[in-house]
Amino acid sequence: MDDLITLYVTDLSGTRHEIQAPTDMGLNVMEAIKANALPVKATCGGMAMCATCNIIIKSSHDLPELSESEEGMLDEAFVLDIEGSRLSCQIPVTRDIDGLELKMAPLSNPED
Amino acid sequence: MIETDIIIIGAGPCGLFTVFEAGLIKLRCHLIDSLAQPGGQLAEIYPKKPIYDVPGFPSILAGELVENLMEQAAPFKPGFTLGERAEQIEKTDDDKFIVTTSRGTKHKAPVVAIAGGLGCFEPRKPELENLERFEDFGVDYIIKDPEKFRDKNVIIAGGGDSALDWTIFLAEVAKEVTLVHRRGKFRGALDSVEKVENLAASGKIDLIINSEITSLKGENTLEQVKIFKKLKDEEVVKAVDYFIPLFGLSPKLGPLKEWGLDLNKESIPVNTVDYSTSIPGIYAIGDINDYVGKLRLILCGFHEATIMVQSAYRRIHPDKNLVLKYTTVSGVNAFE
Repeated sequence: MDDLITLYVTDLSGTRHEIQAPTDMGLNVMEAIKANALPVKATCGGMAMCATCNIIIKSSHDLPELSESEEGMLDEAFVLDIEGSRLSCQIPVTRDIDGLELKMAPLSNPED
Repeated sequence: MIETDIIIIGAGPCGLFTVFEAGLIKLRCHLIDSLAQPGGQLAEIYPKKPIYDVPGFPSILAGELVENLMEQAAPFKPGFTLGERAEQIEKTDDDKFIVTTSRGTKHKAPVVAIAGGLGCFEPRKPELENLERFEDFGVDYIIKDPEKFRDKNVIIAGGGDSALDWTIFLAEVAKEVTLVHRRGKFRGALDSVEKVENLAASGKIDLIINSEITSLKGENTLEQVKIFKKLKDEEVVKAVDYFIPLFGLSPKLGPLKEWGLDLNKESIPVNTVDYSTSIPGIYAIGDINDYVGKLRLILCGFHEATIMVQSAYRRIHPDKNLVLKYTTVSGVNAFE
């Protein structure tokens, strides 16, 4: 299908998963991860008001810039200075991120 | 010992609505919450966000929903143990439960309703040597009683709404308030940012941005902190009575895990007939429970609370018949 993109998600145990996500459902990366039954805490549900969907981007895709609230939240959770650190809920699933390579960050651990 | 009919763990929307539904069938409730104020996530994480799927409210701010739920529960005189975490549970000989909090407060009831959402909110702590040693001796993560800071020197660290709001509030109470933020910009509501900047401009508070607390010092209680000013590359020492790091809170299931309930990862499986758990007399409602088809929505939690109190009633009064009454007919009969 044309409207499916692929994301590569390395979970906290180091296992790399290839997941698919539709671009026509208004999803963000956090929701795509969740929809594929991979663990992500995502306390606030996607409002950029916690940092429990924190991921580290490993590929060089052109991503939407950090918004004021995302930047502030990452800072408050002490993870702003980590290279590639983002909130997965703030990255929309679009064709631009096809092939995105990302790692789940420790804050996203639902069991923590 | 606080005695009641239903001990509710968690004072979020579900817990608060339980008070109302229990009150309609003449059951009394007492709520325990690790946060200092009722409302759970709604009050702590997103009080100013509109919610669009509460039936009958095309749009309502989360904070307003909490206020409304408090008002709706008020006739049934709920008790509150706030700022304390429900720590232990034990069964008594007379088939009741005793729930003890982190501060040793004991509660006794025949029914326990866990409405714990995502767990207890625990403060995110900055990485500072000695930090834990000064907890309760000059370091506070939540503010339960602002009077504690009257005429004291207080340093707040953080850049979100709670850091801004408490800076504004304590500016009138404390002797001296210093707000230290690691960045140049704040994340909070614009009017709060403006107020803090005005307070700083008029000399009512000391605002130190692009800076970090780097160490804590004191004999028995906290006496001074070191602040590193990143742009100037210099370190200053400030005498303080209290340091309040406000870097947000992160929920953890915490001690509930040890209560002997069947668990499914971070949630509690329930029987959807009455939202009972694996232990008779303990129920779980709202975001914390799990069943086939579960949706983590406030409106679903309200439904669960309503069904659950019926079962609680039968457990508390096995010899009585419960007849469903409509509030349009019976109204709300407040407790004395």
